[in-house]
Amino acid sequence: MSGDAKAGRKPPAETSGRLFELPPELAIDTEVARRVTVGFIRNQLRQAGFERALLGLSGGIDSALVAFLAAEAIGPERLLCVLMPFRASSAGSVDDARTVVERLGCASELVDISPMVDGYFGREPEPGAAGMEGLEASQLRRGNFMARQRMCVLYDRSVTWGGLVVGTGNKTEALIGYTTLFGDSACAFNPIGDLYKSQVRQVAAAVGVPEQIIRKAPSADLWPGQTDEAEAGFTYPELDRLLFWMIDKRRTDEELAAMGFPAATMERVKRLVATSEFKRQVPPVAKLGPRTTGVDYLYPRRRPGSARR
Amino acid sequence: MKPLRIALAQLAPRLGVLEENLARHSALLAEARAAGAGLVVFPELGLTGYQLQDLAAEVAIRRDDPRLMGLAAETAGLSAIVSFVEEADDHRLFIAAALLEDGEVRFLHRKLFLPTYGLFDERRFFAAGDRLRTVESRLGVRLGIAICEDFWHMAVPETLALDGAQVLINVSSSPGRDLAAINEVGLGTAVSWRTLMRTYAQLTTSFTIFCNRVGMDETISFWGGSEVVSPSGETLFTAPLFDEGLYLVDVELGDVRRERIGLPLLRDERPELHLRELRRILAERTETTLEVASEPPAGHRSKPKARTAKSKTQGRKPKAR
Repeated sequence: MSGDAKAGRKPPAETSGRLFELPPELAIDTEVARRVTVGFIRNQLRQAGFERALLGLSGGIDSALVAFLAAEAIGPERLLCVLMPFRASSAGSVDDARTVVERLGCASELVDISPMVDGYFGREPEPGAAGMEGLEASQLRRGNFMARQRMCVLYDRSVTWGGLVVGTGNKTEALIGYTTLFGDSACAFNPIGDLYKSQVRQVAAAVGVPEQIIRKAPSADLWPGQTDEAEAGFTYPELDRLLFWMIDKRRTDEELAAMGFPAATMERVKRLVATSEFKRQVPPVAKLGPRTTGVDYLYPRRRPGSARR
Repeated sequence: MKPLRIALAQLAPRLGVLEENLARHSALLAEARAAGAGLVVFPELGLTGYQLQDLAAEVAIRRDDPRLMGLAAETAGLSAIVSFVEEADDHRLFIAAALLEDGEVRFLHRKLFLPTYGLFDERRFFAAGDRLRTVESRLGVRLGIAICEDFWHMAVPETLALDGAQVLINVSSSPGRDLAAINEVGLGTAVSWRTLMRTYAQLTTSFTIFCNRVGMDETISFWGGSEVVSPSGETLFTAPLFDEGLYLVDVELGDVRRERIGLPLLRDERPELHLRELRRILAERTETTLEVASEPPAGHRSKPKARTAKSKTQGRKPKAR
């Protein structure tokens, strides 16, 4: 946006409209979004006294976009992308992640988390640390465990790489709680956490994330063929629109119904949002002393002296 | 009349690092002076950063603090507006903007309206000012100085203009938000401010200067876009969004007279009418409040609307007006 504020502005949906469905009310100025998020990454690192960053690159659009933004903010040579597939992850995911790494020219590492997961849940017929019942663990337990193993790897690599972990979760999944607490949501800071999935797609298209990554169906990639939208039962454009009007624009249930949102969807989404409130907040501390963190001891995270050096 | 060169210091303060921000102000003052500026405007809390929370008490300074006096000493033949956390004698903390001229602190404005909603929490940490005055500047014009949210209340620019201001100055730390694709700059906040500044300049037939900071505090991005608008409402200059810099704008102060002769809006203002009606409105509000307070316990009256209607008709005292 340097120089004339209007000069850098492009109509956002026109070039990218073929790639994905964009509800018009969610259209944003991608140039402003890029500028703010890149500045945010740079500032968060500088204020913490770090020059390097790392993130878990899944091959999906969210982490690909953050990788592009981080590479722009600090230069690809200061960015480490960690690929952490599990045995059952699709080969396509790793290929897409590699494409991003090649495109950016950043450092990358591949850590296969299968032995870590097997070490706990076991692998037929061998039980792991969880004992025999671990062999029967549900997909939900396995999914959460994998997300937390990836967090462990990232935070370990943050020491060897000497950088901060950049978050890659979007606003849609945070609001409905489609995320693992202390797993994929764990990070030092998150540049895209206030962008809905539809807006992530828009910015991704604008900054040059490879098309096949923008096109493919979003997936947690925990088992073959899994997709977010099949699991949730509604599409991202539908969900994003509903969340936008419900939360950002404070529309009442009656108003939302009049706009044509199905009652069953509204009911379900409202419940998802309410039941996942705990995932979006710092754990509460019982108030006992005269000054309590987060209650009446309120300092900016980045204050004089807070940087590492 | 020689044109006045205004320097807009659209800077990114370091949060809570007073000494560094003082040094930056000092350097920019020198740069503006060398560039021939007569008026240098720094943004709201440029000396401290915005998102201070409990740091506010730690960076607060008195209006006679030697560090502020030191900065003032660098304004011989120059006018500068700087902003900081001011600690009063009774230890209330204010968001303040000072006019420094010819080596002294000539005037101090304390922010009147402290937003405490949405992403703002100012009332928790600061006291609100209660004086709104203009100041005669060495520039030969009266200045009306306000801080950010002050200009989201129409009475502020209006009162300043009626009090003789020919140049309205708003210093801000406006957080960018409401990302949009459908308006002129892609940022809802920026569009709102531009609309306000043009409207105030036009309606008060005054120069209107807006200096907004850039950079980030915590999660908030400040968007810059500082502006100078002429007394006819024409935008003379708009600084880029998000870019730090010292931006120079030349204005003809004589335009104020020309505009006011041609468009005598201020001549035609009716402050006495406004005052009379304001008194009536306040009296009616008090009446309503008293009546609500003396209301019998709930039961036989259900609609608050009926109550209001009553207070306006039967409830009015037969007082001479």
